[in-house]
Amino acid sequence: MSELTLGYFLRRLGMWLLTIWIGATLIFTIPRLAPGDPITAMVERMIQQAGYIENSADLIEAWRARFGLDGPWHVQYRNYLLSMVRVDLGYSLANFPARVTDIIGRSLPWTLGMVSIATILSFCAGNLIGALMAWRRVPAFIRNILPVSLTFTSIPFFMFGILLISFLAFKWKIFPAFGNYGRGVEPGWNLDFILSVLHHGLLPVLSIVVTSMGFWALGMRGMMVTTDGEDYMILANAKGLRSRRIFWFYGIRNSMLPQVTALALNLGAVAGGSLLVELIFGYPGLGYFLYQAIISADYTVIQGIVFMLIVGVATAVLILDLLYPMIDPRITYSKGQA
Amino acid sequence: MSAATAAPTGSQDSARRGLNTWDSPWLNFKFLLGLSMIAIILLMAGAGPLGLYDTTRARVASAPLNLPPAWTNIDNPFFGEPDPEYPLGTDSDGRDLTAVLLVGAPRSLHIGLIAAGAGMLIGVVLGFSAGFIGGWWDAFVRTISDSIITIPALAVLIVISAFVKNLDVVILALLLAAFAWPGPTRLLRAQVLSMRERGYVQMARLSGANTFSILFREMLPNMLPYLAASLTGNVSGAILAATGLEALGLGPTRIPTMGMTIYHAMYVSALFRGMWWWWGMPIVALVIVFTGLFLMTVGLDEIANPRLRGIREQ
Repeated sequence: MSELTLGYFLRRLGMWLLTIWIGATLIFTIPRLAPGDPITAMVERMIQQAGYIENSADLIEAWRARFGLDGPWHVQYRNYLLSMVRVDLGYSLANFPARVTDIIGRSLPWTLGMVSIATILSFCAGNLIGALMAWRRVPAFIRNILPVSLTFTSIPFFMFGILLISFLAFKWKIFPAFGNYGRGVEPGWNLDFILSVLHHGLLPVLSIVVTSMGFWALGMRGMMVTTDGEDYMILANAKGLRSRRIFWFYGIRNSMLPQVTALALNLGAVAGGSLLVELIFGYPGLGYFLYQAIISADYTVIQGIVFMLIVGVATAVLILDLLYPMIDPRITYSKGQA
Repeated sequence: MSAATAAPTGSQDSARRGLNTWDSPWLNFKFLLGLSMIAIILLMAGAGPLGLYDTTRARVASAPLNLPPAWTNIDNPFFGEPDPEYPLGTDSDGRDLTAVLLVGAPRSLHIGLIAAGAGMLIGVVLGFSAGFIGGWWDAFVRTISDSIITIPALAVLIVISAFVKNLDVVILALLLAAFAWPGPTRLLRAQVLSMRERGYVQMARLSGANTFSILFREMLPNMLPYLAASLTGNVSGAILAATGLEALGLGPTRIPTMGMTIYHAMYVSALFRGMWWWWGMPIVALVIVFTGLFLMTVGLDEIANPRLRGIREQ
């Protein structure tokens, strides 16, 4: 049904590469504009702790070479880009033998699972509420959901997370405050583990869903109001189609596309916000390890995690772009559009 | 908002009530409510300089430790007696939280305003030129803004501030602006493209107006509500990023801000120790700021799009 032309696919792939390249270049450039370098700073810290380190100048030189921080900047930049292409993010500065990719490999599934479930839930629920808001024949209680959920929309994810922890975890002790699964639970495909993961994941997911649902609802309401005024809606009514069918296949179907665009545009913000949610909940995803890396001034890990985050968001946007034709076949992917 | 587009929905009402000056779409309840919430936060900055409150107590060790807010009667040997001298209580580093609020909340808003203002300026220039010049420049601007918009600003800022210690407030705001421009750029470009063929723009072109005056004297006034909605949205986005950065302990450290207060509170586990007034104060202040900005954005959307206004009467 969809006409996913090769040209469109290649253009989108180009956008994906461009986004990652811009992100990688920002991460590379900005720290180098700042005075001082991480290796010297680290050796100085070691000197403070140990009192005296022999040949500290040689050590700095050796480590600079080890972490690719020597040579003129264009050579560094070329090496950096090449290592990014090979997904070789180097070694952790603070926990030396550990590779950055290992740290990310351990934490990425948790972030990916939590954030994507939360985003999908809030997107679906928010859009449904918003669409119902603009629909004439709905019970009054649904109309009241929007103002309530909108009051939460302006609260940052992580602040709502603090509130959830203080009430649901500390005061009433319904949910655990920290971690991804309970102690003494064997990880694996057994019911105990799955239940424990769900129990621990519910609060972080809730803090994202509740605070972002209203945003989708508001946008969808606006779109539905516009769609409702179209001629084909009047025709559908005149034909005597059932109200439910008009709502789903005429109303929502035609209001969806701008919302999907908005989703693609907001994924970056959602990913950024979820970093802090993980920190608040001690959830061992990218955000949590990013914070650990900040505390221990582990620059390679910081760069690696942020790079992975940019790649992740860009990939999600790419997937959404490629799904467009299925959501709205009206769009043709001829040149000059998209 | 031009009168022409507002007329269809409002015509029946105005015929019934008679036109009066209070029919202006700018007298939107949500917009005005949000505006007044923001104004209150901004006015709090005056409390210190005007001598209404001793804001120097926002410094460490300038007040007794661990005082609960004055209106509570918490009886806990770990905390002090509530003291009317410190209405919102104090933290365990001896900061007076009332003073922190009066200094910090307007400061957080300032960062957002500078960042969003600078971002808007870039957006106006790029969006207008892309929409009007078109061609390769349009394609270039669109591609760059589409890819920047998906980069998580907070993540890049974390990298920056992890390397640059003690960021200056203005520098931080400008860094935030580097991520705030794609939104307004996209919006303005789309608006220019749709307005380019409208009658009044063609009229102006026929009467010999130059491009510059068409853009700024004919088009810009019609986009004001859209621009303002985008601006308030950006202000809250910038504050969100700045607060997140501060809550990680990475923001400017010389002046107290709301995010930094959250960082301090979390750092010493105020949550476990039951010192809710410590982490609660910045959250309440920020929720007021965000809600105010959000109400303004929604109100401005209704001002810009008369169809949304009509929905209430259904």
